[in-house]
Amino acid sequence: MSSLAPKLCVADVSMTFQTPTGAFHALAPITLSIPQGRFVSLIGPSGCGKTTIFNIIAGLLEPTGGRVLIEGVDATGTIGRVGYMLQKDLLLPWRTVLDNVILGMEIQHVSLRAARERALPLLHRYGLAGFEYLYPNALSGGMRQRAALLRTLLFDTDVILLDEPFGALDAQTKLRMQEWLLQLWSDFNKTVLFVTHDVEEAIYLSDEVHVMGTRPGRIIANIPVPLARPRIRGSVLTGEFLAIKERCLELLHLEGTASEQINEAA
Amino acid sequence: MAVQDTSRSLGATARLDRGQASAQSARPAAKPVRRLPVQKDWRAWALISAQIGILIGGLSLWEIGARAGWIDAFFWSQPSAIARTMALFFGSGDAWTDISFTFRSTIFGFLIGTTAGSLLGLSFWWSRNYAAIVQPYVICLESIPKLALAPLIILVFGIGLLSKVAVATALTLVVSTLTAYAGVKALDPDGEKLFYSLGASRLQVFRKLVVPFCLPWIISVLRVNIGLALTGAIVGEFIASQHGLGRAILYAGQTYDIALVWVAVLVLSTLAMVMYATVSWVESMLRKGVRQ
Repeated sequence: MSSLAPKLCVADVSMTFQTPTGAFHALAPITLSIPQGRFVSLIGPSGCGKTTIFNIIAGLLEPTGGRVLIEGVDATGTIGRVGYMLQKDLLLPWRTVLDNVILGMEIQHVSLRAARERALPLLHRYGLAGFEYLYPNALSGGMRQRAALLRTLLFDTDVILLDEPFGALDAQTKLRMQEWLLQLWSDFNKTVLFVTHDVEEAIYLSDEVHVMGTRPGRIIANIPVPLARPRIRGSVLTGEFLAIKERCLELLHLEGTASEQINEAA
Repeated sequence: MAVQDTSRSLGATARLDRGQASAQSARPAAKPVRRLPVQKDWRAWALISAQIGILIGGLSLWEIGARAGWIDAFFWSQPSAIARTMALFFGSGDAWTDISFTFRSTIFGFLIGTTAGSLLGLSFWWSRNYAAIVQPYVICLESIPKLALAPLIILVFGIGLLSKVAVATALTLVVSTLTAYAGVKALDPDGEKLFYSLGASRLQVFRKLVVPFCLPWIISVLRVNIGLALTGAIVGEFIASQHGLGRAILYAGQTYDIALVWVAVLVLSTLAMVMYATVSWVESMLRKGVRQ
Protein backbone atom coordinates (compact mmCIF):
# COMPACT_ATOMS: atom_id res chain seq x y z
CA MET A 1 0.00 0.00 0.00
CA SER A 2 2.62 2.48 1.08
CA SER A 3 4.71 1.83 -2.03
CA LEU A 4 1.86 3.05 -4.26
CA ALA A 5 1.11 6.72 -4.79
CA PRO A 6 -1.99 7.77 -2.83
CA LYS A 7 -5.24 7.84 -4.79
CA LEU A 8 -5.80 11.51 -4.15
CA CYS A 9 -3.19 13.94 -3.01
CA VAL A 10 -3.74 17.62 -2.31
CA ALA A 11 -0.24 19.10 -2.13
CA ASP A 12 0.23 22.53 -0.52
CA VAL A 13 -2.93 23.87 -2.10
CA SER A 14 -3.72 27.45 -1.17
CA MET A 15 -6.34 29.89 -2.35
CA THR A 16 -6.44 33.66 -2.18
CA PHE A 17 -9.35 35.65 -3.55
CA GLN A 18 -8.87 39.25 -4.65
CA THR A 19 -11.67 41.33 -3.20
CA PRO A 20 -12.26 45.09 -3.41
CA THR A 21 -11.15 45.36 0.24
CA GLY A 22 -7.90 43.46 -0.38
CA ALA A 23 -6.70 39.89 -0.62
CA PHE A 24 -8.77 37.27 1.20
CA HIS A 25 -6.93 34.13 2.23
CA ALA A 26 -9.54 31.40 1.90
CA LEU A 27 -7.10 28.51 2.26
CA ALA A 28 -3.68 28.39 3.84
CA PRO A 29 -1.49 25.75 2.17
CA ILE A 30 -3.28 22.48 2.81
CA THR A 31 -1.96 18.97 2.33
CA LEU A 32 -4.11 15.87 2.24
CA SER A 33 -3.12 12.40 1.20
CA ILE A 34 -5.83 9.80 0.77
CA PRO A 35 -5.11 6.16 -0.07
CA GLN A 36 -7.32 4.05 -2.33
CA GLY A 37 -10.65 3.01 -0.83
CA ARG A 38 -10.55 5.29 2.19
CA PHE A 39 -13.47 7.20 3.61
CA VAL A 40 -12.22 10.58 4.83
CA SER A 41 -14.26 13.40 6.32
CA LEU A 42 -13.63 17.11 6.66
CA ILE A 43 -15.37 18.92 9.48
CA GLY A 44 -15.11 22.52 10.44
CA PRO A 45 -17.00 25.73 11.05
CA SER A 46 -18.78 27.34 8.11
CA GLY A 47 -16.50 29.52 6.02
CA CYS A 48 -13.44 27.35 6.63
CA GLY A 49 -13.05 26.65 2.92
CA LYS A 50 -14.38 23.10 2.72
CA THR A 51 -16.33 23.81 -0.45
CA THR A 52 -13.34 25.72 -1.86
CA ILE A 53 -11.14 22.62 -1.49
CA PHE A 54 -13.78 20.55 -3.26
CA ASN A 55 -14.06 23.03 -6.11
CA ILE A 56 -10.28 22.94 -6.50
CA ILE A 57 -10.10 19.12 -6.47
CA ALA A 58 -12.96 18.95 -9.01
CA GLY A 59 -11.07 21.37 -11.25
CA LEU A 60 -13.75 24.06 -11.06
CA LEU A 61 -11.39 26.51 -9.39
CA GLU A 62 -7.72 27.14 -10.13
CA PRO A 63 -5.77 27.21 -6.84
CA THR A 64 -3.43 30.13 -6.15
CA GLY A 65 -0.72 27.64 -5.20
CA GLY A 66 -0.11 23.92 -4.95
CA ARG A 67 -1.22 20.93 -6.96
CA VAL A 68 -3.88 18.23 -6.99
CA LEU A 69 -2.55 14.76 -7.81
CA ILE A 70 -4.71 11.80 -8.71
CA GLU A 71 -2.76 8.53 -8.66
CA GLY A 72 0.39 10.59 -8.73
CA VAL A 73 -0.62 12.44 -11.92
CA ASP A 74 -1.08 16.20 -11.86
CA ALA A 75 -4.81 16.90 -12.23
CA THR A 76 -4.85 20.56 -11.14
CA GLY A 77 -7.52 22.50 -13.05
CA THR A 78 -8.79 19.52 -15.04
CA ILE A 79 -12.47 18.67 -14.91
CA GLY A 80 -14.20 15.30 -15.06
CA ARG A 81 -11.55 13.48 -13.00
CA VAL A 82 -13.55 13.02 -9.81
CA GLY A 83 -17.24 12.57 -9.02
CA TYR A 84 -18.54 15.66 -7.23
CA MET A 85 -21.87 15.84 -5.44
CA LEU A 86 -22.71 19.42 -4.61
CA GLN A 87 -24.80 20.47 -1.62
CA LYS A 88 -27.95 20.76 -3.72
CA ASP A 89 -29.12 17.61 -5.50
CA LEU A 90 -29.37 19.54 -8.80
CA LEU A 91 -31.57 16.93 -10.44
CA LEU A 92 -32.81 18.19 -13.79
CA PRO A 93 -36.60 18.58 -13.47
CA TRP A 94 -37.21 17.79 -17.15
CA ARG A 95 -35.53 14.39 -16.95
CA THR A 96 -36.81 11.22 -15.32
CA VAL A 97 -34.85 9.81 -12.38
CA LEU A 98 -33.26 7.25 -14.68
CA ASP A 99 -32.17 9.86 -17.19
CA ASN A 100 -30.85 12.07 -14.39
CA VAL A 101 -28.74 9.26 -13.02
CA ILE A 102 -27.08 8.54 -16.37
CA LEU A 103 -26.12 12.19 -16.97
CA GLY A 104 -22.43 11.60 -16.31
CA MET A 105 -22.23 8.66 -18.68
CA GLU A 106 -24.20 10.57 -21.29
CA ILE A 107 -21.71 13.45 -21.12
CA GLN A 108 -18.91 10.91 -21.56
CA HIS A 109 -20.63 9.81 -24.82
CA VAL A 110 -21.86 6.44 -23.56
CA SER A 111 -24.88 5.52 -25.71
CA LEU A 112 -28.23 6.18 -24.01
CA ARG A 113 -29.24 2.53 -24.24
CA ALA A 114 -26.05 1.20 -22.73
CA ALA A 115 -26.15 3.83 -19.97
CA ARG A 116 -29.78 3.04 -19.08
CA GLU A 117 -29.06 -0.69 -19.08
CA ARG A 118 -26.24 -0.14 -16.62
CA ALA A 119 -28.19 2.23 -14.39
CA LEU A 120 -31.48 0.32 -14.08
CA PRO A 121 -30.24 -2.61 -11.96
CA LEU A 122 -28.45 -0.15 -9.66
CA LEU A 123 -31.59 1.92 -9.20
CA HIS A 124 -33.37 -1.31 -8.25
CA ARG A 125 -30.69 -2.48 -5.89
CA TYR A 126 -30.22 0.83 -4.14
CA GLY A 127 -33.75 1.75 -3.18
CA LEU A 128 -35.06 3.63 -6.20
CA ALA A 129 -37.10 0.76 -7.68
CA GLY A 130 -40.44 2.08 -8.89
CA PHE A 131 -39.07 5.63 -9.19
CA GLU A 132 -37.07 5.14 -12.41
CA TYR A 133 -39.56 6.83 -14.70
CA LEU A 134 -40.82 9.48 -12.30
CA TYR A 135 -39.72 13.10 -12.45
CA PRO A 136 -37.66 14.45 -9.54
CA ASN A 137 -40.43 16.74 -8.26
CA ALA A 138 -42.37 13.60 -7.28
CA LEU A 139 -39.53 12.44 -4.98
CA SER A 140 -38.93 13.07 -1.28
CA GLY A 141 -35.72 14.73 -0.09
CA GLY A 142 -34.08 11.41 0.79
CA MET A 143 -34.96 9.86 -2.56
CA ARG A 144 -33.60 12.90 -4.41
CA GLN A 145 -30.31 12.58 -2.54
CA ARG A 146 -30.15 8.88 -3.42
CA ALA A 147 -30.62 9.72 -7.09
CA ALA A 148 -27.97 12.47 -6.92
CA LEU A 149 -25.52 10.10 -5.23
CA LEU A 150 -26.11 7.34 -7.75
CA ARG A 151 -25.53 9.89 -10.50
CA THR A 152 -22.17 10.69 -8.89
CA LEU A 153 -21.25 7.01 -8.51
CA LEU A 154 -22.26 6.09 -12.06
CA PHE A 155 -19.87 8.71 -13.36
CA ASP A 156 -17.26 6.00 -12.86
CA THR A 157 -14.44 7.81 -11.15
CA ASP A 158 -12.50 6.24 -8.29
CA VAL A 159 -12.64 9.37 -6.15
CA ILE A 160 -15.92 10.95 -5.13
CA LEU A 161 -16.43 14.20 -3.26
CA LEU A 162 -19.61 14.57 -1.20
CA ASP A 163 -20.40 18.08 0.03
CA GLU A 164 -22.84 17.82 2.94
CA PRO A 165 -25.11 15.41 1.09
CA PHE A 166 -27.41 14.83 4.07
CA GLY A 167 -27.38 18.35 5.51
CA ALA A 168 -30.97 19.14 4.62
CA LEU A 169 -32.53 15.83 5.66
CA ASP A 170 -34.49 15.09 8.82
CA ALA A 171 -32.77 13.04 11.53
CA GLN A 172 -34.33 9.64 10.74
CA THR A 173 -33.80 9.91 7.01
CA LYS A 174 -30.24 11.00 7.64
CA LEU A 175 -29.49 7.85 9.66
CA ARG A 176 -30.96 5.61 6.96
CA MET A 177 -28.99 7.45 4.29
CA GLN A 178 -25.74 6.97 6.23
CA GLU A 179 -26.27 3.19 6.30
CA TRP A 180 -27.12 3.31 2.64
CA LEU A 181 -23.99 5.29 1.83
CA LEU A 182 -21.76 2.85 3.73
CA GLN A 183 -23.35 -0.01 1.79
CA LEU A 184 -22.62 1.74 -1.50
CA TRP A 185 -19.10 2.59 -0.44
CA SER A 186 -18.22 -1.00 0.39
CA ASP A 187 -19.93 -2.33 -2.76
CA PHE A 188 -18.23 0.10 -5.13
CA ASN A 189 -14.84 0.38 -3.42
CA LYS A 190 -14.60 4.14 -3.99
CA THR A 191 -12.33 6.65 -2.33
CA VAL A 192 -14.60 9.14 -0.59
CA LEU A 193 -13.96 12.65 0.67
CA PHE A 194 -16.92 13.78 2.72
CA VAL A 195 -17.77 17.23 4.07
CA THR A 196 -20.18 17.64 6.96
CA HIS A 197 -21.06 19.84 9.91
CA ASP A 198 -22.17 16.84 11.92
CA VAL A 199 -19.32 15.47 14.07
CA GLU A 200 -21.10 12.22 14.86
CA GLU A 201 -21.86 11.62 11.20
CA ALA A 202 -18.22 12.23 10.27
CA ILE A 203 -16.87 9.78 12.86
CA TYR A 204 -19.49 7.11 12.20
CA LEU A 205 -18.77 7.05 8.47
CA SER A 206 -15.04 7.70 8.24
CA ASP A 207 -11.65 6.08 8.54
CA GLU A 208 -10.14 9.47 9.24
CA VAL A 209 -11.54 12.84 10.24
CA HIS A 210 -9.75 16.07 9.39
CA VAL A 211 -10.75 18.98 11.59
CA MET A 212 -10.48 22.34 9.88
CA GLY A 213 -9.98 25.82 11.22
CA THR A 214 -10.96 29.12 9.74
CA ARG A 215 -9.26 32.43 8.73
CA PRO A 216 -7.50 31.20 6.75
CA GLY A 217 -8.99 27.75 6.16
CA ARG A 218 -6.52 25.09 7.25
CA ILE A 219 -6.38 21.59 8.71
CA ILE A 220 -5.71 21.71 12.45
CA ALA A 221 -5.88 18.02 13.25
CA ASN A 222 -6.06 14.61 11.62
CA ILE A 223 -7.93 12.14 13.78
CA PRO A 224 -7.94 8.46 12.80
CA VAL A 225 -11.08 6.46 13.57
CA PRO A 226 -9.93 2.92 14.36
CA LEU A 227 -13.45 1.52 14.91
CA ALA A 228 -14.08 -1.88 13.32
CA ARG A 229 -16.17 -2.22 10.20
CA PRO A 230 -18.91 -2.95 9.36
CA ARG A 231 -20.07 -0.51 11.97
CA ILE A 232 -23.33 -0.86 13.80
CA ARG A 233 -25.49 2.00 15.00
CA GLY A 234 -24.73 1.13 18.62
CA SER A 235 -21.05 1.92 18.11
CA VAL A 236 -21.81 5.63 18.51
CA LEU A 237 -22.35 4.94 22.21
CA THR A 238 -19.08 3.12 22.86
CA GLY A 239 -16.37 4.80 24.94
CA GLU A 240 -13.96 4.76 22.02
CA PHE A 241 -16.41 6.60 19.79
CA LEU A 242 -17.29 9.13 22.46
CA ALA A 243 -13.62 9.83 23.15
CA ILE A 244 -13.05 10.67 19.48
CA LYS A 245 -16.16 12.79 19.41
CA GLU A 246 -15.05 14.69 22.50
CA ARG A 247 -11.66 15.35 20.97
CA CYS A 248 -13.24 16.70 17.76
CA LEU A 249 -15.69 18.91 19.62
CA GLU A 250 -12.89 20.24 21.81
CA LEU A 251 -10.80 21.14 18.76
CA LEU A 252 -13.77 22.84 17.09
CA HIS A 253 -14.57 24.71 20.28
CA LEU A 254 -10.97 25.92 20.73
CA GLU A 255 -10.93 26.99 17.10
CA GLY A 256 -14.22 28.82 17.52
CA THR A 257 -12.97 30.72 20.59
CA ALA A 258 -9.72 31.61 18.83
CA SER A 259 -11.48 33.04 15.79
CA GLU A 260 -13.83 35.02 18.04
CA GLN A 261 -10.81 36.56 19.75
CA ILE A 262 -9.38 37.47 16.36
CA ASN A 263 -12.71 39.04 15.46
CA GLU A 264 -12.77 41.09 18.64
CA ALA A 265 -9.20 42.21 18.07
CA ALA A 266 -10.01 43.21 14.48
CA MET B 1 -61.01 47.70 24.84
CA ALA B 2 -59.65 46.87 28.26
CA VAL B 3 -63.10 47.26 29.74
CA GLN B 4 -64.57 44.91 27.20
CA ASP B 5 -61.87 42.32 27.91
CA THR B 6 -62.63 42.36 31.60
CA SER B 7 -66.34 42.00 31.02
CA ARG B 8 -65.72 39.14 28.63
CA SER B 9 -63.63 37.26 31.16
CA LEU B 10 -66.33 37.94 33.71
CA GLY B 11 -68.76 36.41 31.26
CA ALA B 12 -66.52 33.39 30.98
CA THR B 13 -66.54 32.91 34.71
CA ALA B 14 -70.30 33.35 34.70
CA ARG B 15 -70.57 30.63 32.10
CA LEU B 16 -68.79 28.26 34.43
CA ASP B 17 -71.20 29.11 37.19
CA ARG B 18 -74.56 29.32 35.52
CA GLY B 19 -74.32 27.43 32.25
CA GLN B 20 -74.26 28.62 28.67
CA ALA B 21 -77.63 30.32 28.19
CA SER B 22 -77.21 32.80 30.99
CA ALA B 23 -73.58 33.36 30.02
CA GLN B 24 -74.63 34.59 26.58
CA SER B 25 -77.12 37.00 28.01
CA ALA B 26 -74.44 38.31 30.34
CA ARG B 27 -72.20 39.21 27.39
CA PRO B 28 -72.27 42.87 26.39
CA ALA B 29 -73.14 43.73 22.74
CA ALA B 30 -73.00 40.28 21.12
CA LYS B 31 -71.26 40.18 17.73
CA PRO B 32 -73.69 39.99 14.79
CA VAL B 33 -73.95 36.44 13.47
CA ARG B 34 -72.50 36.30 10.00
CA ARG B 35 -72.25 33.40 7.61
CA LEU B 36 -69.80 32.81 4.81
CA PRO B 37 -71.39 34.36 1.68
CA VAL B 38 -72.34 31.58 -0.69
CA GLN B 39 -72.53 32.09 -4.42
CA LYS B 40 -74.51 29.51 -6.26
CA ASP B 41 -73.05 28.55 -9.62
CA TRP B 42 -75.40 28.53 -12.56
CA ARG B 43 -75.48 25.53 -14.82
CA ALA B 44 -73.47 25.70 -18.05
CA TRP B 45 -76.55 25.90 -20.27
CA ALA B 46 -77.92 28.80 -18.23
CA LEU B 47 -74.65 30.72 -18.57
CA ILE B 48 -74.46 30.06 -22.31
CA SER B 49 -78.07 31.07 -22.92
CA ALA B 50 -77.45 34.29 -20.96
CA GLN B 51 -74.46 35.02 -23.16
CA ILE B 52 -76.37 34.32 -26.37
CA GLY B 53 -79.32 36.34 -25.05
CA ILE B 54 -77.14 39.41 -24.53
CA LEU B 55 -75.71 39.07 -28.05
CA ILE B 56 -79.13 38.74 -29.69
CA GLY B 57 -80.58 41.50 -27.53
CA GLY B 58 -77.72 43.87 -28.40
CA LEU B 59 -77.93 43.15 -32.11
CA SER B 60 -81.74 43.55 -32.09
CA LEU B 61 -81.52 46.90 -30.29
CA TRP B 62 -78.93 48.05 -32.81
CA GLU B 63 -81.09 46.99 -35.76
CA ILE B 64 -84.27 48.49 -34.31
CA GLY B 65 -82.43 51.67 -33.36
CA ALA B 66 -81.04 52.05 -36.87
CA ARG B 67 -84.45 51.49 -38.46
CA ALA B 68 -86.20 53.87 -36.08
CA GLY B 69 -83.54 56.51 -36.70
CA TRP B 70 -82.11 56.63 -33.15
CA ILE B 71 -78.78 55.44 -34.48
CA ASP B 72 -77.22 56.93 -37.60
CA ALA B 73 -76.88 53.92 -39.88
CA PHE B 74 -74.48 55.85 -42.15
CA PHE B 75 -71.81 55.94 -39.44
CA TRP B 76 -72.69 52.84 -37.45
CA SER B 77 -74.23 50.64 -40.15
CA GLN B 78 -76.69 47.99 -39.00
CA PRO B 79 -76.65 44.19 -38.48
CA SER B 80 -78.82 43.37 -41.52
CA ALA B 81 -76.55 45.41 -43.83
CA ILE B 82 -73.46 43.80 -42.26
CA ALA B 83 -74.91 40.32 -42.89
CA ARG B 84 -75.61 41.19 -46.54
CA THR B 85 -72.08 42.57 -46.97
CA MET B 86 -70.65 39.48 -45.29
CA ALA B 87 -72.37 37.25 -47.85
CA LEU B 88 -71.09 39.47 -50.67
CA PHE B 89 -67.56 39.54 -49.23
CA PHE B 90 -67.30 35.77 -49.08
CA GLY B 91 -69.17 35.36 -52.37
CA SER B 92 -66.90 37.65 -54.39
CA GLY B 93 -63.76 35.60 -53.75
CA ASP B 94 -61.66 38.44 -52.31
CA ALA B 95 -62.29 37.19 -48.80
CA TRP B 96 -60.06 34.14 -48.96
CA THR B 97 -57.21 36.00 -50.69
CA ASP B 98 -57.30 38.63 -47.92
CA ILE B 99 -57.58 36.12 -45.10
CA SER B 100 -54.77 33.99 -46.49
CA PHE B 101 -52.55 37.06 -47.01
CA THR B 102 -52.97 38.30 -43.43
CA PHE B 103 -52.66 34.77 -42.09
CA ARG B 104 -49.41 34.13 -43.93
CA SER B 105 -47.78 37.43 -42.90
CA THR B 106 -48.73 36.76 -39.27
CA ILE B 107 -47.51 33.18 -39.17
CA PHE B 108 -44.22 33.86 -40.95
CA GLY B 109 -43.53 36.90 -38.79
CA PHE B 110 -44.43 34.92 -35.66
CA LEU B 111 -42.19 31.98 -36.57
CA ILE B 112 -39.21 34.06 -37.69
CA GLY B 113 -39.43 36.55 -34.79
CA THR B 114 -39.90 33.92 -32.09
CA THR B 115 -37.19 31.60 -33.39
CA ALA B 116 -34.59 34.27 -34.10
CA GLY B 117 -35.37 36.10 -30.85
CA SER B 118 -35.12 32.97 -28.72
CA LEU B 119 -31.82 31.99 -30.35
CA LEU B 120 -30.47 35.50 -29.83
CA GLY B 121 -31.51 35.45 -26.17
CA LEU B 122 -29.94 32.01 -25.64
CA SER B 123 -26.75 33.11 -27.38
CA PHE B 124 -26.09 35.55 -24.54
CA TRP B 125 -25.19 32.52 -22.42
CA TRP B 126 -22.09 31.84 -24.51
CA SER B 127 -20.16 34.92 -23.55
CA ARG B 128 -20.65 37.37 -20.72
CA ASN B 129 -18.65 39.99 -22.64
CA TYR B 130 -20.75 39.60 -25.75
CA ALA B 131 -23.92 39.81 -23.64
CA ALA B 132 -22.67 42.97 -21.91
CA ILE B 133 -21.86 44.61 -25.25
CA VAL B 134 -25.07 43.69 -27.06
CA GLN B 135 -27.54 44.10 -24.21
CA PRO B 136 -27.89 47.92 -24.34
CA TYR B 137 -28.77 47.66 -28.02
CA VAL B 138 -31.47 45.09 -27.33
CA ILE B 139 -32.94 47.26 -24.57
CA CYS B 140 -32.80 50.26 -26.92
CA LEU B 141 -34.61 48.25 -29.57
CA GLU B 142 -37.18 47.27 -26.98
CA SER B 143 -37.93 50.86 -26.06
CA ILE B 144 -38.47 51.98 -29.67
CA PRO B 145 -42.14 51.72 -30.62
CA LYS B 146 -41.58 49.27 -33.47
CA LEU B 147 -44.79 50.31 -35.22
CA ALA B 148 -43.26 53.75 -35.73
CA LEU B 149 -40.69 52.04 -37.93
CA ALA B 150 -43.38 50.44 -40.09
CA PRO B 151 -43.30 53.11 -42.85
CA LEU B 152 -39.53 52.65 -43.13
CA ILE B 153 -39.89 48.88 -43.29
CA ILE B 154 -42.48 49.19 -46.08
CA LEU B 155 -40.10 51.44 -48.03
CA VAL B 156 -37.27 48.95 -47.70
CA PHE B 157 -39.21 45.72 -48.25
CA GLY B 158 -41.86 46.91 -50.72
CA ILE B 159 -45.62 46.62 -50.51
CA GLY B 160 -45.79 42.82 -50.84
CA LEU B 161 -45.94 40.06 -48.24
CA LEU B 162 -42.30 40.51 -47.24
CA SER B 163 -42.81 43.92 -45.62
CA LYS B 164 -45.75 42.65 -43.49
CA VAL B 165 -43.66 39.69 -42.35
CA ALA B 166 -40.88 42.14 -41.49
CA VAL B 167 -43.13 44.33 -39.30
CA ALA B 168 -44.55 41.25 -37.55
CA THR B 169 -41.00 39.93 -37.02
CA ALA B 170 -39.81 43.25 -35.59
CA LEU B 171 -42.60 43.19 -33.01
CA THR B 172 -42.06 39.60 -31.86
CA LEU B 173 -38.27 39.35 -32.02
CA VAL B 174 -37.43 41.64 -29.11
CA VAL B 175 -39.99 40.08 -26.78
CA SER B 176 -38.58 36.61 -27.42
CA THR B 177 -34.99 37.81 -27.08
CA LEU B 178 -35.57 39.42 -23.69
CA THR B 179 -37.58 36.48 -22.38
CA ALA B 180 -35.03 33.87 -23.42
CA TYR B 181 -32.30 36.03 -21.91
CA ALA B 182 -34.28 36.23 -18.65
CA GLY B 183 -34.24 32.43 -18.68
CA VAL B 184 -30.48 32.38 -19.21
CA LYS B 185 -29.97 34.77 -16.30
CA ALA B 186 -32.13 32.62 -14.01
CA LEU B 187 -29.87 29.61 -14.60
CA ASP B 188 -28.37 28.23 -11.37
CA PRO B 189 -24.56 28.49 -11.57
CA ASP B 190 -24.38 25.27 -9.52
CA GLY B 191 -26.13 23.47 -12.37
CA GLU B 192 -23.30 24.50 -14.68
CA LYS B 193 -20.79 23.43 -12.01
CA LEU B 194 -22.38 19.98 -11.90
CA PHE B 195 -22.08 19.61 -15.67
CA TYR B 196 -18.48 20.78 -15.73
CA SER B 197 -17.57 18.50 -12.83
CA LEU B 198 -18.80 15.65 -15.03
CA GLY B 199 -16.36 16.83 -17.69
CA ALA B 200 -18.93 18.42 -20.00
CA SER B 201 -18.02 20.67 -22.94
CA ARG B 202 -19.61 24.11 -23.41
CA LEU B 203 -21.80 22.71 -26.20
CA GLN B 204 -23.02 19.89 -23.95
CA VAL B 205 -23.90 22.33 -21.17
CA PHE B 206 -25.76 24.46 -23.71
CA ARG B 207 -27.71 21.60 -25.25
CA LYS B 208 -28.44 19.56 -22.15
CA LEU B 209 -28.84 22.31 -19.56
CA VAL B 210 -29.32 25.82 -20.94
CA VAL B 211 -31.80 25.06 -23.72
CA PRO B 212 -34.10 22.74 -21.73
CA PHE B 213 -33.96 25.11 -18.75
CA CYS B 214 -34.97 28.13 -20.85
CA LEU B 215 -37.68 26.35 -22.88
CA PRO B 216 -40.50 27.19 -20.43
CA TRP B 217 -39.54 30.87 -20.73
CA ILE B 218 -39.51 30.65 -24.51
CA ILE B 219 -42.86 28.85 -24.57
CA SER B 220 -44.46 31.36 -22.23
CA VAL B 221 -44.29 34.17 -24.82
CA LEU B 222 -45.84 32.24 -27.70
CA ARG B 223 -49.36 33.53 -27.02
CA VAL B 224 -48.19 37.10 -26.58
CA ASN B 225 -46.23 36.86 -29.80
CA ILE B 226 -49.07 35.58 -31.98
CA GLY B 227 -51.10 38.66 -31.00
CA LEU B 228 -48.16 40.97 -31.66
CA ALA B 229 -47.47 39.34 -35.03
CA LEU B 230 -51.09 39.90 -36.10
CA THR B 231 -50.91 43.55 -35.02
CA GLY B 232 -47.71 43.95 -37.03
CA ALA B 233 -49.22 42.39 -40.12
CA ILE B 234 -52.35 44.61 -39.94
CA VAL B 235 -50.37 47.80 -39.42
CA GLY B 236 -48.16 46.86 -42.36
CA GLU B 237 -51.27 46.45 -44.49
CA PHE B 238 -52.67 49.79 -43.27
CA ILE B 239 -49.61 51.60 -44.58
CA ALA B 240 -49.36 50.07 -48.02
CA SER B 241 -50.71 46.83 -49.38
CA GLN B 242 -52.70 45.27 -52.19
CA HIS B 243 -54.22 42.47 -50.09
CA GLY B 244 -55.12 41.55 -46.58
CA LEU B 245 -57.81 42.21 -44.00
CA GLY B 246 -56.04 45.36 -42.81
CA ARG B 247 -56.15 46.76 -46.30
CA ALA B 248 -59.85 45.77 -46.58
CA ILE B 249 -60.65 47.70 -43.38
CA LEU B 250 -58.73 50.77 -44.54
CA TYR B 251 -60.28 50.66 -48.02
CA ALA B 252 -63.81 50.24 -46.65
CA GLY B 253 -63.33 53.11 -44.22
CA GLN B 254 -62.07 55.43 -46.94
CA THR B 255 -65.08 54.62 -49.13
CA TYR B 256 -67.56 55.00 -46.22
CA ASP B 257 -68.54 51.34 -46.56
CA ILE B 258 -69.02 50.96 -42.80
CA ALA B 259 -70.70 47.55 -43.14
CA LEU B 260 -67.54 46.25 -44.84
CA VAL B 261 -65.39 47.62 -42.00
CA TRP B 262 -67.47 45.59 -39.56
CA VAL B 263 -67.26 42.51 -41.74
CA ALA B 264 -63.47 42.73 -42.02
CA VAL B 265 -63.11 43.37 -38.27
CA LEU B 266 -65.31 40.36 -37.52
CA VAL B 267 -63.30 38.11 -39.85
CA LEU B 268 -60.09 39.44 -38.35
CA SER B 269 -61.21 38.72 -34.80
CA THR B 270 -62.21 35.20 -35.81
CA LEU B 271 -58.80 34.70 -37.38
CA ALA B 272 -57.12 36.05 -34.23
CA MET B 273 -59.15 33.75 -31.99
CA VAL B 274 -58.39 30.70 -34.12
CA MET B 275 -54.66 31.44 -34.09
CA TYR B 276 -54.67 32.20 -30.37
CA ALA B 277 -56.46 28.94 -29.61
CA THR B 278 -54.05 26.99 -31.82
CA VAL B 279 -50.99 28.52 -30.17
CA SER B 280 -52.46 27.89 -26.70
CA TRP B 281 -52.95 24.27 -27.68
CA VAL B 282 -49.38 24.00 -29.02
CA GLU B 283 -48.16 25.63 -25.82
CA SER B 284 -49.95 23.13 -23.59
CA MET B 285 -48.58 20.26 -25.70
CA LEU B 286 -45.05 21.64 -25.39
CA ARG B 287 -45.50 22.11 -21.65
CA LYS B 288 -46.40 18.46 -21.30
CA GLY B 289 -43.24 17.58 -23.18
CA VAL B 290 -41.07 19.94 -21.15
CA ARG B 291 -41.51 19.21 -17.46
CA GLN B 292 -40.71 21.96 -15.05
